[in-house]
Amino acid sequence: MTDGVLQSTQPLPPPLNRPPPRWQRLWAGLFGTPLNATVTLGCLALLGWAVPPLLRWTLLDAVWVGPADRCVDAAGACWAFIGEKLRYILFGFYDQDRQWRPAAADAILLALAGVSGMPLFWRRATLGLWIFGLAATLVLLTGGPAGPAVPTERWSGLPVSLLLAIVGLVGAFPLAVLLALARRSGMGGVRTLAVLFIEVTRGVPLIAVLYVATLLLPLMLPAGGAIDKLLRAQIAIILFVSAYLAEIIRAGLQSIPAGQYEAAQALGLGYWQSMRLVILPQALRTVIPSIVNLAIGLFQDTTLIIVIGLFDLLNTARTAAKDPAWFGFYDEAFGFAALVYLTVCVVASRYSLWLERRLRR
Amino acid sequence: MPPGALRSGPVAAVTLWWGGRSGLQAAILALVLLGGFLLGSNTLANMERFGITPGFAFLARPAGFEIGEALLDYRPQDSYALALLVGLLNTVKVAVAGCLIATILGVLLGVARLSGNALLSGLVQGYVELVRSTPLLLQLFFWSATFQALPTPRQALNPLPGIFLCNRGIQLPAFVDGRAGGWMLAAIALALALALAGTALRRRLGRRDVPSVAMIAAAACGLPAALLLSSGVPLQVELPELSGFNFSGGTTVSPEFSALLVGLVVNAAAMIAEIVRSGIQAVPAGQWEAARALGLPRRRIMRLVVLPQAMRVIVPLLTSSYLNLTKNSSLAVAIGFPDLVSVINTSANQTGQVLETMAIMMGAYLTVNLAVSAAMNLYNRQLAVRGWR
Repeated sequence: MTDGVLQSTQPLPPPLNRPPPRWQRLWAGLFGTPLNATVTLGCLALLGWAVPPLLRWTLLDAVWVGPADRCVDAAGACWAFIGEKLRYILFGFYDQDRQWRPAAADAILLALAGVSGMPLFWRRATLGLWIFGLAATLVLLTGGPAGPAVPTERWSGLPVSLLLAIVGLVGAFPLAVLLALARRSGMGGVRTLAVLFIEVTRGVPLIAVLYVATLLLPLMLPAGGAIDKLLRAQIAIILFVSAYLAEIIRAGLQSIPAGQYEAAQALGLGYWQSMRLVILPQALRTVIPSIVNLAIGLFQDTTLIIVIGLFDLLNTARTAAKDPAWFGFYDEAFGFAALVYLTVCVVASRYSLWLERRLRR
Repeated sequence: MPPGALRSGPVAAVTLWWGGRSGLQAAILALVLLGGFLLGSNTLANMERFGITPGFAFLARPAGFEIGEALLDYRPQDSYALALLVGLLNTVKVAVAGCLIATILGVLLGVARLSGNALLSGLVQGYVELVRSTPLLLQLFFWSATFQALPTPRQALNPLPGIFLCNRGIQLPAFVDGRAGGWMLAAIALALALALAGTALRRRLGRRDVPSVAMIAAAACGLPAALLLSSGVPLQVELPELSGFNFSGGTTVSPEFSALLVGLVVNAAAMIAEIVRSGIQAVPAGQWEAARALGLPRRRIMRLVVLPQAMRVIVPLLTSSYLNLTKNSSLAVAIGFPDLVSVINTSANQTGQVLETMAIMMGAYLTVNLAVSAAMNLYNRQLAVRGWR
């Protein structure tokens, strides 16, 4: 304390805008004003009205094991029904004694999706993994070279949901990249074609596209030609998704600064080379979170194949409750299906948020 | 013409649009045309094989199937054209009602999500997450089952006086005279138009030269009300009443329509709540702080500073969620509501005119979509003109 010019003898006032402690803010939000207190009490009343009956139904009064007659008398949910019908809900009409095949196919598809989510695997070699994995899935489901063939009419349940969604997204990728590039190209004729396809497809509901594929596609083939119903749905989904994916990729392409295009040109790279080596790797990386969100929507939208008479997880769950021995347990069936979708989608959307934070760094 | 010279005129515009690489472009276009031609000629050949004459002549033939609910007077002996129109109107009905209710509910939920009340905000977050993580079709099945599981008319639930819920649908009070509803709607539309015109005028001319908000409101409500009263349409309202095994009087909203509407609204409101939240959060904190430094109270900060900026983020996203709701209404076919897709499907199966019916369906959805986006773009431009762009 030599010269008192810069030093103040007064103690410093506390910083003005230090936020109050967390619990204090929480309390102020809940009961700080009369309005907030009313809202809080209202919410508590709502919870008190809804939660106990729900808990009683799902857990306390539920029947976990036993025959159907025990469920009829019970006040709660009949989870014994799910236990009894689990194999049917998951694998549908697939041959009873060969259901390890769809189970293995599910495992491969989920593993492929999971592995591709790790940034470590964002490289070219993963493409080979995908080709191998999808081939193995198809071999498993069709029956393959060994073992009797299983026609696609008997494919049902979870493998159909996963297959349509995953193959839908992967199959749409090449088309979507081409459409996105075409929409940004200087060639007017090609650009107009891409715009027409994308806007028309995005303008109609998926159900309309599915009807076109089931009703119109067979008529478009040469006389005598036939095309599998599941394959028709898959084609419809691929075309439908490619329009949405193209718009996502276009957004990624637009986010790449012009300097990158110019630098690629300055290096003497041609159009395709600069796209493949410089632009697309960066553009795709930035839009991965959007693609994950599209995939979540797509997984939910595969349920729409019910309207053209195919059996995905939701449809097998629904028809399980039509079995005369276990008739009418729709709430349990829908509840189980909802739980499966909820789990997959919540995990995927948490992953998408994590990825977004990671990519922003 | 030397390169870089100023070019104009239609020829130059086409040249500019066409760009370069004529050979490649011509090849691609030719390939697409050839593909289209092959598929088209296959289709025509197949139709001929099945003995179906291509063309839209079938539209004049009697449809021969019942439609559960119709806004127009429709009977099975009426034409396919009328049946399709009835289906389209049903789609439009559920879409318009759905967008209106979902907007109101979604804005309320979005604001609740942003409130400082952790319990309320958490409940809304849970609702949004639950709705977004389950397929819409599953939700519709759930609502459909719920409306079918309601008690019979004799034990109908009576949540509000004059409103009954039972397995025959929702019973609501209605005007005795059928025309009164239409007049009422027209009066409300007129009131809205007057109010919008009044506020636009007020904004354009500045505050002093124009009547006050109260006067605009009085004119916007009073004029249509006076017109309505002077039109001589009886305005008595009739309550639904239980007589025998069903309700008489009032109006009935079918269980299928109720399930579809509730399902679509619950789904879209969750999306709109997220849009509203992200729109308000997109306004930088500096805007709040600057407004607070100007001494504005919280309510006026919201109305004058934050909302006008948030709306620029919200409106384009809102447009796409309206379009989604309209397209999602096609899921009606799975729960038995006769919307456009359902009528199209029946017509296609009965007549075999697959190509024509599919073209009508795609055309109808594209038209509805274009109409919605055009209207929303108009509104968006209104928002963008004020302030800097």
